[in-house]
Amino acid sequence: MSAKRWTLRALGLGYVLLLLLLPLGLIFYKTFEHGIAPPLDAITSPDGLHALKLTLLMVAIAVPLNTVFGVGCALLLVRHRWWANPLIDALINLPFAISPVVIGLSLFLLYGATGWLEPGLAEAGIKVLFSVPGMVLASIFVSLPFVVRETVPVLQEIGTEQEQAASTLGANAWQTFRRVTLPAIRWGVAYGVVLTTARVLGEFGAVSVVSGSISGETQTLPLFVEKQYQNFNLPGAFGASVLLALLALTTLLAMNLLKRKEDA
Amino acid sequence: MAIAVEEACKRFGDFQALQDVSIEVPDGSLTALLGPSGSGKSTLLRAIAGLETLDAGRVIIRGSDVSAQPAQKREVGFVFQHYAAFKHMTVFGNVAFGLRIRKWDKARISDRVHELLQLVQLDGLAERYPSQLSGGQRQRMALARALAVQPRVLLLDEPFGALDAKVRKDLRSWLRRLHDEMHVTTIFVTHDQEEAMDVAEQLVVMNEGRVEQSGSADDLYDHPANEFVMSFVGEVNRLGDHFVRPHDMTVSLDRDAGDEEAMVRRIVALGFEVRVELVLGDGTEVWAQLTRSELQKLELREGQIVYLRPDRIKSFSDEILVA
Repeated sequence: MSAKRWTLRALGLGYVLLLLLLPLGLIFYKTFEHGIAPPLDAITSPDGLHALKLTLLMVAIAVPLNTVFGVGCALLLVRHRWWANPLIDALINLPFAISPVVIGLSLFLLYGATGWLEPGLAEAGIKVLFSVPGMVLASIFVSLPFVVRETVPVLQEIGTEQEQAASTLGANAWQTFRRVTLPAIRWGVAYGVVLTTARVLGEFGAVSVVSGSISGETQTLPLFVEKQYQNFNLPGAFGASVLLALLALTTLLAMNLLKRKEDA
Repeated sequence: MAIAVEEACKRFGDFQALQDVSIEVPDGSLTALLGPSGSGKSTLLRAIAGLETLDAGRVIIRGSDVSAQPAQKREVGFVFQHYAAFKHMTVFGNVAFGLRIRKWDKARISDRVHELLQLVQLDGLAERYPSQLSGGQRQRMALARALAVQPRVLLLDEPFGALDAKVRKDLRSWLRRLHDEMHVTTIFVTHDQEEAMDVAEQLVVMNEGRVEQSGSADDLYDHPANEFVMSFVGEVNRLGDHFVRPHDMTVSLDRDAGDEEAMVRRIVALGFEVRVELVLGDGTEVWAQLTRSELQKLELREGQIVYLRPDRIKSFSDEILVA
């Protein structure tokens, strides 16, 4: 019995160690192999700082939008019966199913030089491709399902009785949502936000296609990593990688700390 | 009349939950909606609260037609079977909810909440969360929350259904006393006829989306309008087209004119009450309710032949034709 348990434990730990921790640990090791100066120089170069700022901008725009949309969409799916709900539910998963490169290409077809929307946009003086709007669109597209997927089961679980109780006590729809529904689903939403943030931070494929990856202009951190790697600037590539990993870890930790504080 | 429902109809898909239901609830009364599951009693209660919209018919509260109003505007207090406690709020926060929505100032809210917590005997637990309370405490908290906003009517949907037998009994006599103190018009739903007769002044018996009969507990027990009511509010034996209550069956060892011959099949002693199961000559199975001392006097044994005299026989063939 005990031997079996130890075997299982060793297998599980070994799997995680070999496939997750080893490569990640190596990056940390390689980054600081020659001290902190080389990776720091690469990140604090003008292009590096610009990439960092642009990445944070993507997060600042895509995450709030997808959070509001995700919660609203989950509410519609769970609380309002409609014949098209299963269809919408399936559509929401599309970004999971389609390769990010294909998503980038589809945006290209829509907004590109020969794209459907190009004439109107050109007239209005809006440049989507090879600029920030296109990258925001790509980021939103790839990270769209997370908040919906995390919120739907929590909404189903809490049921409607608390909301009905609130309405008999005189609360209108907004008050009920603000004071009863949202607090009850907040950890589901928070988890969705963390996943969305991580995805937007790390998105490569779709953003790469629509941005053109112009250094100092349309280069996010993952694109910066690739460019440094291609230019044989390994400390720069590793330094930016570690920065990305730290950003993602920070969001995870922030949520766990908030949750612990609340539970206490 | 505090509440009136007129010709209410409600259908869920193929299921007719309410069919031309009309009831009247006097001001300050305590009324029970009694019926088996699927009889429409909860739907009727939820329609009064505005949690369900009627397909046809009207709901009138204190003389005004509220049929088109949402639950939010109806000023009713509603208590759910599974408490519907706001889990992320303290007991204080739960009870204060309706007052905060009405934008009372803090001092007034605090006074009112503590007054109510005292009333439901939860003072001292104001800072607890619902998960730290027992089922009975949670339900009293839900009751305080509903009463806080001084509702025009209090509606309780199987309020004791999720509690164990002992707590149930305590809570129901407590509810009765509370009602005598507060006089708020109250309707509660139950499938338990003993609970309904214990607590309510007026009973409305429902079945298959219709009202079968309404009246006092005595009315329903002594003058049931039909077979359903007779068998729902008490035990009943069927003798051909006639119905008789088991305690109206006299068992004797000597034959009198008009007595039925029967054989004792089984004797079940349930404390003070004894259940004697019998088979008539034509194979009909009936039972008689005797006291322990009656049984001892008769010295009944299983397999013995006895003579039955049914008393206060009811027959509903006419009523059924009229209905």
